[in-house]
Amino acid sequence: MALLTIKNLTVRFATSTGAFTAVDGVDVSVSPREVLAIVGESGSGKSVSMLAVMGLLPDTATVTADEMTYDGRDLLKMSATERRKLIGREITMIFQEPVASLNPSFTVGFQIEEVLRFNLGMNRRAARARAVELFNAVGIPEPETKLNAYPHQMSGGQCQRVMIAMAIASNPRLLIADEPTTALDVTIQKQILDLLMTLQEKHGMALILITHDMGVVAETADRVIVQYKGRKMEEADVLSLFENPQNPYTRALLSALPENAKGDRLPTVADFMAAEALK
Amino acid sequence: MTTRSNIVVEGKALTQDYHVSGGMFGGTKTVRAVKGVDFAVEKGKTLAIVGESGSGKSTLARIIALIDPPSSGVLQLDGQAVDIGRHKLTPAMRSKVQMVFQNPYGSLNPRQKVGDVLMEPLLINTALPAAERREKAEAMLAKVGLQPEHFNRYPHMFSGGQRQRIAIARALMLNPALLVLDEPVSALDLSVQAQVLNLLADLQDEFNLTYVFVSHDLSVVRYIADDVLVLSKGVAVEQGSREALFANPQHPYTQQLFAATPVTDVAAIRARVARRKQALA
Repeated sequence: MALLTIKNLTVRFATSTGAFTAVDGVDVSVSPREVLAIVGESGSGKSVSMLAVMGLLPDTATVTADEMTYDGRDLLKMSATERRKLIGREITMIFQEPVASLNPSFTVGFQIEEVLRFNLGMNRRAARARAVELFNAVGIPEPETKLNAYPHQMSGGQCQRVMIAMAIASNPRLLIADEPTTALDVTIQKQILDLLMTLQEKHGMALILITHDMGVVAETADRVIVQYKGRKMEEADVLSLFENPQNPYTRALLSALPENAKGDRLPTVADFMAAEALK
Repeated sequence: MTTRSNIVVEGKALTQDYHVSGGMFGGTKTVRAVKGVDFAVEKGKTLAIVGESGSGKSTLARIIALIDPPSSGVLQLDGQAVDIGRHKLTPAMRSKVQMVFQNPYGSLNPRQKVGDVLMEPLLINTALPAAERREKAEAMLAKVGLQPEHFNRYPHMFSGGQRQRIAIARALMLNPALLVLDEPVSALDLSVQAQVLNLLADLQDEFNLTYVFVSHDLSVVRYIADDVLVLSKGVAVEQGSREALFANPQHPYTQQLFAATPVTDVAAIRARVARRKQALA
C-alpha cells in the first residue's frame, strides 16, 4: 500500500493579476522504502506540490485535491494539531539552501537539540547524546565540538548534513528533499546523495527527491515523475524513463543534456516540441 | 597547430593574493587564491577553466577579464603584456576583453532599459554619435535572438535565459576578441541552457571569438571546450585538450571530479537499479 497518496492535486495562487495555477491536477504516490524523483524546470510546480503536503504554502494559496492521504489518514480533513504531530515527525523535509535553512544566531547543536526536546520530548542530556549520535550518523567529524559551531563556521555541505540530521532525528517514514544538492559542488553533491541513499536503505524510509538535474535522478531514483508547467508529463520507473521516454517533453529534456549532444548543436526544448508537432 | 602568432591571451605564472583581516588584533592573513597558473588560448578556441568553489576559477577569470590586476605574473593580450595595476586601462584594451557573469539577475542594472544597457559600453569607450550607437545596439539585439521591441524594456521583464542573452549582447558591443564567461549557464534551466550554449557557439563562429569559459559542470565543458584547465585550490593540476582530458584524466583530483559527476547513461542506470534491488532484497 502506498504511504502517501495524492490524487488530482491543484494549487492556485491569488495574485494581483488574477489566479495563477501552479499545480494542475497532479497525482503522486510513494510507497514505503521507495525513492521517487520529481523532476522539472523552474515553474513546473515540483516544489509547490510537496509544500502543499507539508502545509507550508502561504495564505494566498488554495489547495484542492480529490485525495491526500498519508498511511490511510486523510491529510485534508485532519485538524491542525493532528497534522503537527505528523509533519516534522513522520514526514520531514530538507531544502535547497542549507545555510539559509539554519538560524545564524544559534549553534547548530542548539537547533538540533531544540527539535529533539520540543518535538520528541527528550530532556537536555538525552537530546545532547542523541545529537552526537545523529551527527555521527550523517558523517560530521568531531560531533561534540561541531555541536557548538554556528552555521557560518561550517561549509555548505556540512550545513546540509546538519539539516539531514535534524530531518532524520525522529526516524521519519517519509523524507522530502527539495533540491538538496543544487547549491553544492559536485564532489560534495555525491557525498550528500550517497548519505541520503545510505540512510534511506538503512532506515527503510521513503524518499521524495525534488530536482531539476537529470543526473541526480539517474543516480538515485526508483521511480520518476516529470512535471512541466504544473502538469505531470510522464511517470515511469527510472530505467524506462531514460531508455524509452514516452512523452515529447521528457525526450526534449534528455536530448538537451550536453552529454547527449549529437554533432555541434544541442536540440532545445522549443525545437523539439516544434519537431514533434510536425510529426 | 599552435603558432605563437594566433594566441589571443596568455598567462604566465599568474598569482593572486587576498589580504584577509584577522579582526581587531589579529593582523592580516594572506590567502593565495591563484598559485602560479600558466595558460594560452588560440584565436577562435575555447579554454574551459574547471574547478569547485574556492578553487580560484573566478579569481583567475577576473584577472583575464582585466578587472583585477594579478599579484604577480604576466598577462599578455595579442602578445602584449597588460598590467592594469600599473597603467590605467585604455578604451582600446577594454574593448579587447569583455566578461559575462553567472547571474543575469544581478549583472544587469534594474533601472536601465535594455537599449541603454547595450549602448553604455559604446558611450564610455568610443566616440560614436548617438544614432550610430543606437543602430549598433539594435543590430546586436537581433544577433542574440531578441526582438526590436525589447529595446525599451527593463531587465525584470525578461526571463533568465533572455537576460543572459542581453548580458552576452552587452559584452559583444565593443567587438571584443576575447570573451570571459564565468558560469554563464549555471543559473539557467536545462532547456534554456541548451539555447544559450547554441547561441555562444554561433557567435564564436560568426565573430571568430575566443572564449575563456569558467564552469563547474563537466558535461557542459565537454560540449563547449577545445582545451581544459582543471583548477584545485589555486593550482592548475591538469591541462590539456578536451579529448585527451576526458579520455584519460591523469590527476587524482580530475579523476575524483569525473567520479562525482552524475551519469545519465542507460547502462549505468541499469547497473545501479540491479545493485539496489539486491541491497533491498
